[in-house]
Amino acid sequence: MLTMIGKRLMFAIPSLIGVVIVTFLLTRALPGDPAAYFAGPAANKEAVEQIRKKLGFDKPLIEQFFRYTADLAHGDFGNSLTTGQPVAAEIRNRLPASAELTLLGLLVSIAIALPLGVLAATRPGSWIDHLCRVTTTAGVSLPVFFTGLVLVYIFYFRLGWSPAPLGRLDVFYSAPPTVTGFYLVDTLIARDFEAFRSALSQLILPSLTLAIFSLAPIARMTRASMLAVLASDFVRTARASGLSPGTVIVTYAFRNAMLPVITTLSMVFSFLLGANVLVEKVFAWPGIGSYAVEALISSDFAPVQGFVLTMAVMYVLLNLAIDILYGVIDPRVRLEG
Amino acid sequence: MKRRDFLKSVTGVAAGALAPAPAIWSAAKADARSETLLIVSEGGPNNLDIHGVGTNVPGYEVSWNCYDRLISHEMKSGPGGVPYYDRDKFKGELAEDMNVGDMSVTFKLKKNAKFHDGTPVAAKDVKWSLDRAVSVGGFPTFQMSAGSLTKPEQFVMVDDNTVRVDFAKKDRLTIPDLAVIVPCVVNSELVKKNAGEKDPWGLEYTKQQTAGSGAYKVTKWTAGTEVIMERNDEWVGGPLPKIKRVIWRMVPQAGNRRALLERGDADISYELPFKDFQEMKASGKLDVVSLPFSNGIQYIGMNVTKPPFDNPKVRQAMAYAIPYQKIMDAVLFGLANPMFGAATDRPTEVAWPQPTKYSTDMAKAKALLTEAGYADGFETTISFDLNFAGVNEPLCVLVQESLAQLGIKTTINKVPGANWRTELNKKEMPLYTNVFSGWLDYPEYFFYWCYHGNNSVFNTMNYKSPDMDKLIDGARVAAAAGDKATYDTDVKSFVDLAFADVPRIPLYQPFVNVAMQKNISGYQYWFHRRLDYRALVKG
Repeated sequence: MLTMIGKRLMFAIPSLIGVVIVTFLLTRALPGDPAAYFAGPAANKEAVEQIRKKLGFDKPLIEQFFRYTADLAHGDFGNSLTTGQPVAAEIRNRLPASAELTLLGLLVSIAIALPLGVLAATRPGSWIDHLCRVTTTAGVSLPVFFTGLVLVYIFYFRLGWSPAPLGRLDVFYSAPPTVTGFYLVDTLIARDFEAFRSALSQLILPSLTLAIFSLAPIARMTRASMLAVLASDFVRTARASGLSPGTVIVTYAFRNAMLPVITTLSMVFSFLLGANVLVEKVFAWPGIGSYAVEALISSDFAPVQGFVLTMAVMYVLLNLAIDILYGVIDPRVRLEG
Repeated sequence: MKRRDFLKSVTGVAAGALAPAPAIWSAAKADARSETLLIVSEGGPNNLDIHGVGTNVPGYEVSWNCYDRLISHEMKSGPGGVPYYDRDKFKGELAEDMNVGDMSVTFKLKKNAKFHDGTPVAAKDVKWSLDRAVSVGGFPTFQMSAGSLTKPEQFVMVDDNTVRVDFAKKDRLTIPDLAVIVPCVVNSELVKKNAGEKDPWGLEYTKQQTAGSGAYKVTKWTAGTEVIMERNDEWVGGPLPKIKRVIWRMVPQAGNRRALLERGDADISYELPFKDFQEMKASGKLDVVSLPFSNGIQYIGMNVTKPPFDNPKVRQAMAYAIPYQKIMDAVLFGLANPMFGAATDRPTEVAWPQPTKYSTDMAKAKALLTEAGYADGFETTISFDLNFAGVNEPLCVLVQESLAQLGIKTTINKVPGANWRTELNKKEMPLYTNVFSGWLDYPEYFFYWCYHGNNSVFNTMNYKSPDMDKLIDGARVAAAAGDKATYDTDVKSFVDLAFADVPRIPLYQPFVNVAMQKNISGYQYWFHRRLDYRALVKG
């Protein structure tokens, strides 16, 4: 097991180096001049040059690159110009916000999609199968920001059930002391139940938005893979041996159908983490997606590089976790590994 | 526990869990809400110090409210009775007395003024802060130079409580320039303590926290998310503000900002689409203040060094081909002052901005084009800044449609915000729309930046005319010398020349729009167009 993890991590190193080089070059190749942007609306040429010098953009590209990698080796991701903060600290603060939202969204999505997919597979052609098809198609074809806005409009603006879409907590609550960075967990640790409820109620709409969007791949994959497994020989044998339908479906078929679903889940998770930019924008969520996009718009190199690098590391770790999970679910994979 | 009691407590818990959040607010929280101002806007500051590298416009708002200047402006009644800063009247903020001499101005500091940490404000702080503003480079230094304030030697400590500013030359803009945001007074001892060898002015320190004597101090700042400011109860710069606490949240979605306002959760917002402002105005649930940008104009510029726009006839034809009224109605929903269509017999005024005599007249445009030898039109590109796409995009589409009637094929070029300034600097775009507005509200200031042959960034048309330069320089000298007659003639002449030569076509004077709850009062318009919390009252 440990050797496998070690091996996998070794393989990840070249790709990480590649990511560092490519993001560096890509951000420099972007059109737009950060010095002109940050010199302000009333700057003349000299002011722009002064800013350029201060930011170190007057140096040759190769020197900038070595300085960047040297800083990176010390864990210094540089400073964001738009927010004025060190990128490492910003990502550390914002990643839990995005992760909490994405995880909850994914959980909600799983809670709906898995039963829906299983039911649809056990009764193909029935109303539940059609319901599954319609909801997933609708969910994936509605743009996230649109679903988000509609939800805000109905549940906040019209009905007033949901709190104001103002980020992770109501403005009059203070954030709990950081332990995990997940407000739901931290408020419980701090035994601040009012804040916990505020955090939870702030989370409902955005995570629902994400869930609606990610229903489709999970439900469809569950359905397809369940159908394949249900048609296989061992299920027929199980049925013929007189096992109850529940045991057949849950214990035998479902466990075997899980592998492709897990793969899809990992993809959906990493995809959501990057793609919830729009949800973050709609709900004023202080996550890393909106952070990266804002940085990109203003040619702010450091956060973009930091974001891509963080995402690359996350992908590597996520893939590793999924591979380990495979082994847990299916012993055959363990043997081959 | 009896079964009945148990059921009661269970339902109680369940009811508590279901009740909407406001119902369980304690009285203390409700109180906090009535003394707190909740502002929502699209963007937030990237630096709390206006002297910092690349501080953005929201950062100016923090500086304005958390730092004091020597002097500030009095208020007067503006359009619609809204308090509007009075360009010509100054009052002391940190200074209790201002004494203008022939080649210098002397300020006596208020004796009881203290920084947020309790240190008294002394002349050495003022001197250090002004030195800092002219030395750090970039925007602050540039802004200081607009008032001929360029060298640390100009700022002299007379005694512990007196500062003298020596004029480099006679310039009418020197004193107004001391009342803009940049020359703010910083707690020099505190900042010096936290400055490093590489950073002698302590910019890294003041980027993260406020070190001033202003009416508010930042107590928490999460970049891109929120800024929390508390009132400084010891403030002596003016009457104690009514708002105890300001929470400024960044809400990127314009639709949500509007929803927050209409639901009554947020107190103030700006930066909403014109259509929203217009609808909110019509519905009457909120107070919407719309005031013209002082010394600001949205215009269509043409590169005068390249054909076909090097021909004044073509430029005039363009000025007749702009669908002005359509832009006013469909793009701005009437929320702007027209800068076109003045009566032909209207005399030129000594004022800026003022409307041109151009209005949409396609026949005249066609005739002028034919005269210039472009009877069949030509092809060109119109560019705009995507950061302001809400206005710029429909505007450019309307212009494109109108020009098509003359056979002019226009391609629309959308330039990302980060790129826009670089593109302007290159001075290669043939046709584009842009906005310029000056903090100092003087015609010669506007013209100096936008039309003068020294070709600043804002002379985006690359326009060079010796006659124009002579008139602008003449007006500046005349203003400094107090020669009103020459000044008036020069201003009128350069306005006339700008309209005859039309290197840029003025479209309208944009409005700054602020929407607030009915229980918020005391909004003041400032040249910087950001909020002044000190005058706001809630309830």
